[in-house]
Amino acid sequence: MTALDIAHVGLTLGGTTVLDDVSLHVADGEFVSILGPSGCGKSSLFRLLTGALSADTGTIRVNGAALSGTSRAFAFMPQRDALMPWRRIIDNVLLGLEVQGMGRAQARARVLPLFAAFGLEGFEHHYPAQLSGGMRQRAALMRTFVQDRPIQLLDEPFGALDALTRAGMQRWLEHRWREARWTTVLVTHDVREALALSDRIYVLSPRPARVIAEFMTPWPRPRLGGPLPPEASRLEAELLDTLLTQTGDRP
Amino acid sequence: MALSPSGSPAARLCRCLPSLISSVVARLGHSLPALFSVAAALAAWEAYVRLSGISVLVLPAPSRVAEQIVVNRELLWTHTWPTLQATLVGFAFSLSVAFLLSVLIDFVPRLRRALFPVFVISQTLPLVAIAPLVVLWFGFGLTPKILLVALVTFFPMLVALVDGYESTDPDVSALLGSMGASRASIFRRARLPSAMPYFFAGLRISITYAVVAAIFAEYVGARAGLGIVILNAKNSFRPDLMLAAVVISSALTLTLFAATALLQRLALNWRHAGSKP
Ligand SMILES: Nc1ncnc2c1ncn2[C@@H]1O[C@H](COP(=O)(O)OP(=O)(O)O)[C@@H](O)[C@H]1O
Ligand SMILES: [Mg+2]
Repeated sequence: MTALDIAHVGLTLGGTTVLDDVSLHVADGEFVSILGPSGCGKSSLFRLLTGALSADTGTIRVNGAALSGTSRAFAFMPQRDALMPWRRIIDNVLLGLEVQGMGRAQARARVLPLFAAFGLEGFEHHYPAQLSGGMRQRAALMRTFVQDRPIQLLDEPFGALDALTRAGMQRWLEHRWREARWTTVLVTHDVREALALSDRIYVLSPRPARVIAEFMTPWPRPRLGGPLPPEASRLEAELLDTLLTQTGDRP
Repeated sequence: MALSPSGSPAARLCRCLPSLISSVVARLGHSLPALFSVAAALAAWEAYVRLSGISVLVLPAPSRVAEQIVVNRELLWTHTWPTLQATLVGFAFSLSVAFLLSVLIDFVPRLRRALFPVFVISQTLPLVAIAPLVVLWFGFGLTPKILLVALVTFFPMLVALVDGYESTDPDVSALLGSMGASRASIFRRARLPSAMPYFFAGLRISITYAVVAAIFAEYVGARAGLGIVILNAKNSFRPDLMLAAVVISSALTLTLFAATALLQRLALNWRHAGSKP
């Protein structure tokens, strides 16, 4: 079943066309990546979904119903971890539940058993500044997933991490996703990350963003930790080529 | 595992007491050079007065000032209380108004453009001219002192709060919005806590202005207060007693400054938690 259906969406911000007739869909339990050059409008697309902006044209449907201010279908992870420095990790993680109206004590009891799975056991009562970059990112992911929304929106979740931490986080997310099968939309400009984690990949053009390509990536999981299958390596080259041609950076 | 990391304020105070004490000790170590230079200046002053034989009516020695503090301790104490009272009441008043207005301005940005120019103008008024007028209008009691303290401290506190709200990480606001938080909920959960470091910075500066404003208001006209002691000492050619009152007012300011620093330390506990494990 289609969980999210974005059809012919256009968006203009301060006179600049950011999204130009973007159409894409995400099925239930599917992991879809959106690849695109920096500044093409990926974050703006997410802002449409979370209600921070509204589309000028086109329609957005969530589980068949038009998106409205009270849809609450998405758990959103912003590009930077956006942890509140004055809240302990546990209280950062339960923020979404608290906003939904759950009491602090109940929310704490609810999230506490999940710390082990996110590799944060023992750091429940630390402040964000006391955690490493990878741990902060896991805390932000945890804050996203505990909201129990139907669809997870991840905006370049590992973009700010060093290469080694990023590789570790990607493996970890692959592992977690195989267990939980969250319906997930991942924005990234890391081709390999998209290939490793997704069922399907959309490629966006530079601003104004349009969908210029769509690829199926149906290889067996886990894909990380070993070499990618040959078709995946071929697709990696093709995707990189498509992106570089678009930005005009190809020699 | 304890489910409540914050606990009661008393428990919190107990928990950060060791770190507080160690930081006070470290602070003392840091301020050793400062204590040294103050002591050197006092010694030089003392030596100059003794060697030059200058009249006590012109420049009393530090030892003489200290002696006057002891001799007049009752007089000084009775007059410190009204000054402290004016400072605290005036500051509390200005803080409450500044907070209410800052919240209003945060929710209705147009108010900022309407009101800020008025407040800026209020800051350009010379205290020397305003103080006598306020005393003329409100008499020699507590009211004019409170108003003058408020006039001096209100705007810095308002600016600190409004700038503090503006410093909120837009990603955090967007995140809360994505969770379905209302504007009021975003204010309470993100904008208000984001403003706290600004608020405390403003608080520390304003509290020192507040004491000066209270003493100035008294100097212009009041029934009691350190400003009155200074005025009377001046009129009876007693620079030693004037300086004694000045020392007390400095001590008062420093005490209030230290109290706000302690308050900040307790409220912004998270800033002092250790760094990465
Ligand atoms: N309020 C705005 N007014 C004008 N242009 C904007 C505004 N917000 C974003 N943009 C532009 O929209 C484009 C897309 O931004 P964004 O969605 O953040 O890109 P991405 O996430 O793909 O890097 C950027 O080029 C940016 O300059
Ligand atoms: Mg972005």
